[in-house]
Amino acid sequence: MKKVCFWGTRGSLPVSLTARDVREKIISALTAANGKSFKTPAALNEFVATLPFSTTGTFGGNSSCVEIINGGAEHFICDMGSGARPLGQAKIATYGVPNPQTYHIFISHLHWDHLMGFPYFAPMYIPGNRIVIHGCHARLEEAIRLQMRSPCFPVDYSQAGARIEFDLMTPDKAHYIAGINVTPKLQLHAGDSYGYRFESIERTVVYSTDCEHQLDDLVEREACVKFFAGADLVIFDAMYSLAEAVSVKADWGHSSNVVGVELCQAAGARRLALFHHEPAHDDIQLNRLLAETRRLEQITRGDQPALEVISAYDGLTVTL
Amino acid sequence: MHLPTREQSGVLIVSVSGRIDHIASEEFTKALDPLLANCVPGQPPLLLDFSGVEYISSAGLRVLMIASRRAKGQRGVFAIAALQPLVQEVFAISRFNLIMPCYVSLDAACKVLGA
Repeated sequence: MKKVCFWGTRGSLPVSLTARDVREKIISALTAANGKSFKTPAALNEFVATLPFSTTGTFGGNSSCVEIINGGAEHFICDMGSGARPLGQAKIATYGVPNPQTYHIFISHLHWDHLMGFPYFAPMYIPGNRIVIHGCHARLEEAIRLQMRSPCFPVDYSQAGARIEFDLMTPDKAHYIAGINVTPKLQLHAGDSYGYRFESIERTVVYSTDCEHQLDDLVEREACVKFFAGADLVIFDAMYSLAEAVSVKADWGHSSNVVGVELCQAAGARRLALFHHEPAHDDIQLNRLLAETRRLEQITRGDQPALEVISAYDGLTVTL
Repeated sequence: MHLPTREQSGVLIVSVSGRIDHIASEEFTKALDPLLANCVPGQPPLLLDFSGVEYISSAGLRVLMIASRRAKGQRGVFAIAALQPLVQEVFAISRFNLIMPCYVSLDAACKVLGA
């Protein structure tokens, strides 16, 4: 495993910047420029680089889809949220047609925001491609087929050109897939969700979204710490504040940045990626959340090595 | 966990100290239980003196949320005061400062809560 690319990072529902959001970014940039003039594009670029990410960029709005880049013709993807659409387009642009590829897709759970991108995942329409959909839910195939059926969608599942296979995995058991050991773990979420631990010889990535952590369940805490142990990257559901997660949004099946830091510190993980962003949060709020989470990590670190905290955004590529 | 108590200006002040992490939070729950049982109308407001708390984890914060909810359900008064700066930061980052009544000092709390 070499890199991880985030194609969709938003929780629950895809969102988009509004005209007002764009206007506020322009106002922020012009306010920061404060009447400066830029003689060359390089000077302008240098100035833009000094602005915060919430001004120059956006966390994006596609729902969950993460690619683990391993090299070669077998691709690893976590979830098929709306981020699967740009991912599919990028694969077609890279490999062309025909150029048969194998896509291993790991589904955390069957809620719509994690499946909705599949009908727009272009490689599924290309004959010669092989798509293996891995998961632990008995109704995995049924759920995938259901959303590609009239009246929900104009193209029927039977129109897929690729060969599509389903692999029902066993939780807590390592499955050796194209050079990577993949271990699913049951997580607390309505209808169950599963996290995945991906281990190659030199790197470990954990994908753990749509998971609520019961803070008084010490047995489950230890199991989770073991699942995250020594990971180079933990992709973690940080949708709510801790206060929300234990009060008004208790039992909604999500977690917080605070719990992410605590579990990663206990597990000796190297890097934490905040993920499954609350759709109601704008870029300024998500930027603030990242800064606060880094501060929390700093003040609670003690003698442990630093945990690097990042916030996933659509288009972010992380080198492992 | 031992939680010494004293009364000041009609407020029952409970001294909490040390690290309230995921292991200590269970004992913290048990130690608070009898105090919360008396957190009802007609009894002194319950004020946790956090000046001796060096660290609180998510599990510890959850105990506070449950305690606050229980007190509210009994129509009692429950609050926290005198947080150390780093603990205060944890409260802000976790947004617990928005759902828990927190006072800067014991005196400030007693002025508001006391008889």
